[in-house]
Amino acid sequence: MRIALFITCLGDTLFPRTGQATVAILERLGHAVRFPAGQTCCGQMHVNSGYAAQATGLLERFVRVFGDDGVDAVVSPSGSCAAMVRHHYPRLAEEAGDAGLREAVASLAPRVFELSDFLVGELGVEDVGAYFPHRVTYHPSCHATRVLQVGDAPLRLLRRVRGIDLQELPEAAACCGFGGTFAVKNADVSAAMLTDKMEAILGTGAEVCTALDSSCLMHIGGGLQRQRSGVRTLHLAEILASTDAGGPAHA
Amino acid sequence: MPDTGFPAAARTALADTQLRRNLHVATHTIRDKRLRAVAEVPDWEELREAGRRIKQHAMRHLDEHLETLEAAVQRAGGTVHWAADATAANRIVADLIAATGEREVVKVKSILTDEIRLNDALRARGITAHETDLAELINQLSGDTASHILVPAIHRNRAEIGELFRRHLPDAGDLSDDPRALAGAARAYLRDLFLASRVAVSGANFAIAETGTVGVVESEGNGRMCLTLPDTLITVMGIEKVLPRLADLEVMLQLLPRSSTAERMNPYTSLWTGVTPGDGPRAFHLVLLDGGRTNALRDTTGRQALHCIRCSACLNVCPVYERTGGHAYGSVYPGPIGAILTPQLTDLHGGRTLPWASSLCGACYEVCPVKIDIPTVLIHLRGRIVAGGQAAPRMEDRAEHAGMRAAAATFRRPWLYRLAQRVGLPVARRLVRHERLMAALPGPLGRWGAVRDLPAPPAETFRDWWRGREETP
Repeated sequence: MRIALFITCLGDTLFPRTGQATVAILERLGHAVRFPAGQTCCGQMHVNSGYAAQATGLLERFVRVFGDDGVDAVVSPSGSCAAMVRHHYPRLAEEAGDAGLREAVASLAPRVFELSDFLVGELGVEDVGAYFPHRVTYHPSCHATRVLQVGDAPLRLLRRVRGIDLQELPEAAACCGFGGTFAVKNADVSAAMLTDKMEAILGTGAEVCTALDSSCLMHIGGGLQRQRSGVRTLHLAEILASTDAGGPAHA
Repeated sequence: MPDTGFPAAARTALADTQLRRNLHVATHTIRDKRLRAVAEVPDWEELREAGRRIKQHAMRHLDEHLETLEAAVQRAGGTVHWAADATAANRIVADLIAATGEREVVKVKSILTDEIRLNDALRARGITAHETDLAELINQLSGDTASHILVPAIHRNRAEIGELFRRHLPDAGDLSDDPRALAGAARAYLRDLFLASRVAVSGANFAIAETGTVGVVESEGNGRMCLTLPDTLITVMGIEKVLPRLADLEVMLQLLPRSSTAERMNPYTSLWTGVTPGDGPRAFHLVLLDGGRTNALRDTTGRQALHCIRCSACLNVCPVYERTGGHAYGSVYPGPIGAILTPQLTDLHGGRTLPWASSLCGACYEVCPVKIDIPTVLIHLRGRIVAGGQAAPRMEDRAEHAGMRAAAATFRRPWLYRLAQRVGLPVARRLVRHERLMAALPGPLGRWGAVRDLPAPPAETFRDWWRGREETP
């Protein structure tokens, strides 16, 4: 399978270890991965904030960078960015009124996958050979759960991690309060939601909260760190990439 | 948007600890009950899809259905009135009441009459409207407004209601806070009103075009009293409530009760067709209100907001509503549906901050019985408001607009994007070491930094790491 990585602008710039972990997992499973260097941002921030018109160029760029026939799957360690492409690109291409773009999106969007969904749903793998001897709780981020409907794929992967002490998160489906620019436009409501999410996480006694989106984790982790809670956030990919020989999470 | 509209109102609401507690208990209770009620129905997803199709079809051919409805109602002995806006609707209702010579009317709970501020308009004409729904009665007695579509006094607990009743209801001086006792006191008070009133005003959940049948679903029986006892019944209804066929009720009456009160069936479903000699009201008037709905239909993405059957499931599951309550929305339609309905009914003049009152978590879409894609409509309306708001934007809007344009220009050019990383990361590395300074900054960074640290930016980007890896033999 020819796999192209869509690493996302946030992952590229602020969370390179998540991307490195994604590479490590896929290569460990015997797949060659490519990183098309022309990629930047899917335009989620623009589209979700009311600047869809400015995002059309980003949509065209995404299709140009990833739309070549040599790619079987585009894999991304972000539920919300994958959801943007799969769920919103078709509508945006339709609204842009460009028939060529519409066709290109229709062909590409179904081949774009969130990492856990790809591992379990496409590759049929649950045990990726990971070792992570820590107490962990999993927060199902909203776009992966409700838009991509990844279901229990992340939990299936986590349950097969050796050494892990996986704790169920109470009120797991509740949004953490990130919501992109929501976090700063409605900062007070966002903070109230974050408080409840952190309380649920702390109640599990976990050392690590994991999820499928670096953006949500930046918000949750930022809150946990501000409170000096002793709990950190780690992207699912980094847990799955960890082995008893060490891994990105131990680096 | 800066701290006006919803963000400012939400800030006040979030600080009200009693409100937070009342809302948390109420929304979580109804949320869990709804899940159980829906889980009993094996074909729930098919029902939702059927509901969506019925409403979509009804809206596509709204003009025909409305004319069919008008003819059917008139045939059955009712009278149909058309109102372009709230003022017209209020005038029609007030004129109809004045013609009966009555000065007091009883009302069935109706959000539409809140939307058009009917009670205020009637008061200006010397007519007193008595709310008979328990929660509406509570709000009317306390001079409060509804904060929820289905449970208008959801922001109150029984201790607050007990105190209110002891103060306002006759012979209620030693009333306890027991819900049964409170309901009993309201029942005794309302019964006298029902028996004395000769005119009633209602809204409608549905109207069936082919038969001219109008329907109200409710739980308390106050509606049944109002719809059957008085001589004159005046129903005010938004034009989007029309359904083509009586058979459509089979779908809607399964979707609505389970989604709203989490009941298999609501206790009272009243359906009436015109007037029946010797049974019920002798005169029936149906006032059909446009009130911005035709205008909203022009937006092909946004118009699905008109499919709403007012179940309020989206309010109950919304993490924002759960914490702020309905009043923060500044609209009779609060919560996720209010955030997409209010701006559209006012041609984007009202509720301009509401489309941002959502984290786009999608819980609303998941429960909507007619599958309104609320997150997509929210995003779409954000776009319309941003595009229309550039003529006289505020400072922060201008800054945001410039920032978004610059970001898009950067993301379109990989060389510029890499340059921004190279210049920006060292700055960010220095900034995150000063969390207190960051929290003091104006604008988005300060609002982020108020409660959250930023992650320490990495020494190298992913793409730098990848390039290094490729160059290593």
